[in-house]
Amino acid sequence: MAAEKMALAKAINESLRRALESDPKVLIMGEDVGKLGGVFRVTDGLYKDFGEERVIDTPLAESGIIGTAIGLALRGYRPVAEIQFDGFVFPAYDQIVTQLAKMHARALGKVKLPVVVRIPYGGGIGAVEHHSESPEALFAHVAGLKIVSPSNASDAYWMLQQAIQSDDPVIFFEPKRRYWDKGEVNTEAIPGPLHKARVVREGTDLTLVAYGPMVKLCQEVADAAAEEGKSLEVVDLRSVSPLDFDTIQASVEKTRRLVVVHEAPVFFGTGAEIAARITERCFYHLEAPVLRVGGYHAPYPPARLEETYLPDLDRVLDAVDRSLAY
Amino acid sequence: MTVESTTARTPRRSTRSKTGATGTKTAGAGSRAGTRKSSGTKKSADPELVQLLTPEGKRVKNAEYDKYVAGITAEELRGLYRDMVLTRRFDSEATSLQRQGELGLWASLLGQEAAQIGSGRALRDDDYVFPTYREHGVAWCRGVDPVNLLGMFRGVNNGGWDPNSNNFHLYTIVIGSQTLHATGYAMGVAKDGADSAVIAYFGDGASSQGDVNEAFTYSAVYNAPVVFFCQNNQWAISEPTEKQTRVPLYQRARGFGFPGVRVDGNDVLACLAVTRWALERARGGEGPTLVEAYTYRMGAHTTSDDPTRYRSEEERLAWEAKDPILRLRRHLETAHRTDETFFANVEAESEALGRRVREAVRAMPDPDGFAIFEHVYADGHALVDEERAQFAAYQASFADAEGV
Repeated sequence: MAAEKMALAKAINESLRRALESDPKVLIMGEDVGKLGGVFRVTDGLYKDFGEERVIDTPLAESGIIGTAIGLALRGYRPVAEIQFDGFVFPAYDQIVTQLAKMHARALGKVKLPVVVRIPYGGGIGAVEHHSESPEALFAHVAGLKIVSPSNASDAYWMLQQAIQSDDPVIFFEPKRRYWDKGEVNTEAIPGPLHKARVVREGTDLTLVAYGPMVKLCQEVADAAAEEGKSLEVVDLRSVSPLDFDTIQASVEKTRRLVVVHEAPVFFGTGAEIAARITERCFYHLEAPVLRVGGYHAPYPPARLEETYLPDLDRVLDAVDRSLAY
Repeated sequence: MTVESTTARTPRRSTRSKTGATGTKTAGAGSRAGTRKSSGTKKSADPELVQLLTPEGKRVKNAEYDKYVAGITAEELRGLYRDMVLTRRFDSEATSLQRQGELGLWASLLGQEAAQIGSGRALRDDDYVFPTYREHGVAWCRGVDPVNLLGMFRGVNNGGWDPNSNNFHLYTIVIGSQTLHATGYAMGVAKDGADSAVIAYFGDGASSQGDVNEAFTYSAVYNAPVVFFCQNNQWAISEPTEKQTRVPLYQRARGFGFPGVRVDGNDVLACLAVTRWALERARGGEGPTLVEAYTYRMGAHTTSDDPTRYRSEEERLAWEAKDPILRLRRHLETAHRTDETFFANVEAESEALGRRVREAVRAMPDPDGFAIFEHVYADGHALVDEERAQFAAYQASFADAEGV
């Protein structure tokens, strides 16, 4: 089996299986990850095949999940901890920010914290409160953490392999609304670097930058724009920290226009950082200010309103039009 | 013993707490009457605490714990005395260095020497320690150079010693966080099938933290070989223990399903015995134990604190009468015919330690500015590289200007 079409969730499952098989120090831990196979079935079958010593159902306490994962990492393990939903990471935020992120520096490099924190994130699934948030910027602000988010099955498979092999803590944001999207996964292909962005569609008139769940939307936007005779380039960021500004810069120097799209609120979001840096790097290339499309500065709304809150085809096209109108 | 896994470990023998153990009742002077009053509990007996040496230095029998120090020699007792005196001397030197401006802050362990040396000397080399930021005596037992502890208080690093060289983790400043790290580490020890144990230090204030309670939960569920060593020094900065709990802290363990015991934290022999017992439980696959070392923070919380604002001189004096070092000295003098030469030698040795620490701290250089960018990540990070380069260019711009 070199290449196979599979859902994004299944790609993560296969990736976890491969990690468990290839390194006896890898552990899976989290709430309901064992017998149930996770609330999204991402860890399905792993408990049965690797047992409770490797696939650990934890007490319902997120700080405990991350705090004990840190201890296990200090003992030489490589824990892959799952936080069940984005909105439930906050009890663990202290352990992630004050301990996981800083312990390597505190020890002047003498200890390493190879911990992966998997978090299904983002909206679009009609969930109740706290199940649809995009808190990546809250982590990207913290030195010592690496933040990635795949947009497709192949990246989900390979980026998770690379995250687990990393000696740094990695927050792995999984686009839960894309869990069931199928894509080709070549389990023998040599992957590119974890933190490198990828141009997924070439264009000449404007650059769209997105990551995770918004990449698919941006590709749809590019299709729609093409029908109107506009050529959009789409960059899949893949990694939020570190962030591959070089790839964005190269694209913007060609297209001279940039729109950043994410589900998270735009205020102090990933797009704000990209806008600031690209403005600094590409000041004389830009024909328009960098625009952002994302969530509003309001709590994530109830499910019946989320389609209004989330960036969609028309909202992104509107930003594209505004940029091109400069 | 061999341990295949956490689940392969035998279950705990008993969840019964050790409150019924024979021992001496809490001495009145230090007990906090308000605790009982506000707790609303009935006229239950004072919590009993394990004591092997009275404040007067008299050895008292204890059916349950005597066996853990049964073979102890006079030489070993003198070793514990030396440990405590040197630790106290180091601690007072650090306080002085803060007053002289050589350190930015110091968290004194004055009064807690017995709790730290007793528990620290119960450990094996392959055991692992997760300290707070006040475990200078435990660090001493682990063979960590005291000078290394001062880097963070001087502000030249945030810890910096290699935790694995002495199995002594870095000081943790966020209250209680390390109890979860200890639990996770202990889960790993069990997975490895090792028979070593882990000890997590924390205080009465930390007992209120969610992380400490989660650590109790996780360690109990996974039967992790960890000892929770709580130094109840009566004060969390300005807040007395009754602001943290309605029940004696050691009794908390029972609700989590493992034993808790209160030990006289100013009695080094009792601390040694009780910690040995708890470690033996951990090694034997019996899971976690909570030890509450009932002691007193004789000094301020840190050099920035002023305890006269919230506690009485009488209270301090009452505890001074139970001084851990004095008590062992009396015992050595009366029961082990230790002469003045020994005490004088220890005194001279402590002066030499103070001098060495003083000189080493004064010679401790400030780190290079580029240290900011070191060890942020193990595998590197593009932004850190970029900012380091920007910083270097900025620095170099001054050199260029000077060169003109």
